[in-house]
Amino acid sequence: MTYRASFVAMTVGQALITLIDFAAIAIMFSHIDELGGFTLGEVALLYGMSGFALGAADLLMGNTEQLGRRVRDGSFDAMLVRPVAPLVQIAADQFALRRVGRITQAVAVLGWGLAASNIDWSVPKVLVLLATLVSGSVIFCAVFVLGGAFQVLAGDATEVMNAFTYGGNTLTQFPLSIYPAEVVRSVTFIVPLAFVNWYPALYLLDVEDPFGLPSALQYASPVAAVLAAAAAAVAWRAGVRRYRSTGS
Amino acid sequence: MPNHPCDDPRLVTLRVGLYAAVATRGFRRYSTYRAATLAGIFTNTVFGVIIAYSFIALWDQRPSLGGYGQAQALTFVWVAQALIMPVGLFSGGIVDELSDRVRSGAVAIDLHRPIPLLWWRFAEDAGRAAYHFLTRGLAPVLVGSLLFDLAWPQRVSTYGVFLIAVALAIGVGFGIRFLLGLLAFWVIDVRGFVVMLTITQVFFSGMVLPLVVFPDALRTLAEVLPFRCLVQIPADVLLHEDTGTTVLPLLGIQLLWLVALLVAGHLLTGAAVRKVVVQGG
Repeated sequence: MTYRASFVAMTVGQALITLIDFAAIAIMFSHIDELGGFTLGEVALLYGMSGFALGAADLLMGNTEQLGRRVRDGSFDAMLVRPVAPLVQIAADQFALRRVGRITQAVAVLGWGLAASNIDWSVPKVLVLLATLVSGSVIFCAVFVLGGAFQVLAGDATEVMNAFTYGGNTLTQFPLSIYPAEVVRSVTFIVPLAFVNWYPALYLLDVEDPFGLPSALQYASPVAAVLAAAAAAVAWRAGVRRYRSTGS
Repeated sequence: MPNHPCDDPRLVTLRVGLYAAVATRGFRRYSTYRAATLAGIFTNTVFGVIIAYSFIALWDQRPSLGGYGQAQALTFVWVAQALIMPVGLFSGGIVDELSDRVRSGAVAIDLHRPIPLLWWRFAEDAGRAAYHFLTRGLAPVLVGSLLFDLAWPQRVSTYGVFLIAVALAIGVGFGIRFLLGLLAFWVIDVRGFVVMLTITQVFFSGMVLPLVVFPDALRTLAEVLPFRCLVQIPADVLLHEDTGTTVLPLLGIQLLWLVALLVAGHLLTGAAVRKVVVQGG
């Protein structure tokens, strides 16, 4: 927080990134009424849910991106000998408040999306929405940790992680109905990104699944989150156990 | 300085050799990290696929939106992915290095080098860009052309003109990032400005969405900014497959921006040197 002007510029910048991101979608909608069968308000809902989940996960676990560097320069070794779990150290290292900009913007878009997309509200729907925001954040956290485990072994390849975190965010900003069925199946059963927003949104909007998958999936986000977190925990432990220092 | 030793004509060949050597090192510096390159190719490809499907959904409904057919719109996606790294669309690299060296004082050594800071950095960045174009540029396009129906130009000459446009785009991209790095002489922590400029650059380059699809007001704004030189213009040069009337003015715009940015970089380096106070005494 020492460089106040830069902090302001960065927070504004973070919000701007995502604002411009949404501006692109809005421009697309200036030429069409529906994308993959969804209106602009409904896409804003998808966008906001995914943006919130990624933003919250980035705030907590975004530092796993730096693991490759830590392995290369040996500072990961120092973390392993301290009496605190390395994952906690990584999360607490350079806790970046500026990342709040992304969440704020996502919440704004989400709020507008909820208002603009004709939802027939009920108590279960409110619960599903709240559970999804938490589950979605957990799912993205799991992806960050999986990427971290991969970096501990590979010593590099932050970019592969970006494909799943930021790529996953970009993918889920659009209704999954625009993608081929294989893509939808892989983000349902392999990397459960579809549970961050797509399935719960189908439930909130009372839309039938265009791919005809069971409607039970629409309530399953917390289950997907628990499974993803468990997989990430196993991978992380395996990664740390196999870790070999660069030895320099 | 009429008798400055660097003006000796015999030294010209020596200097060309020096720049070539710097450029080669710039190339090798990145070619060393093969895993990082592969990872980058993977990421560019994943993003290309995602954006391609959103464009398919858009062009399915509006088949000639912005004057592009669907195949052209998809070609645009992959050309844009190919240009991200060569033109340095997301900043990083030279901006971070230059501003770090200013902050740490190491820039004092750079200013003592036998060739000017601007040209040294330009040569190095050209080498880096060449490497990124050959790897992270070509490989995702190859995958994209296997997965989607793309609109490739028929005439061989179009590819030649496209390469010129890419070279100019790399130069413009360097010019913008060099100025941004120099900013560190006046502002100690440039990160906030880097983030803001990067976003503006990405949006107005056409990378997110081709500028031909933008509403009129935004499009007019995009046309007076240098950023369209980075993605939109090279992509248009490839897609239009035109020999003169459309393409030459586009290349002219790129050249004008390149010259303007390099002149600004030269003048600002001079101003920075006069004001420089190396930290740490």
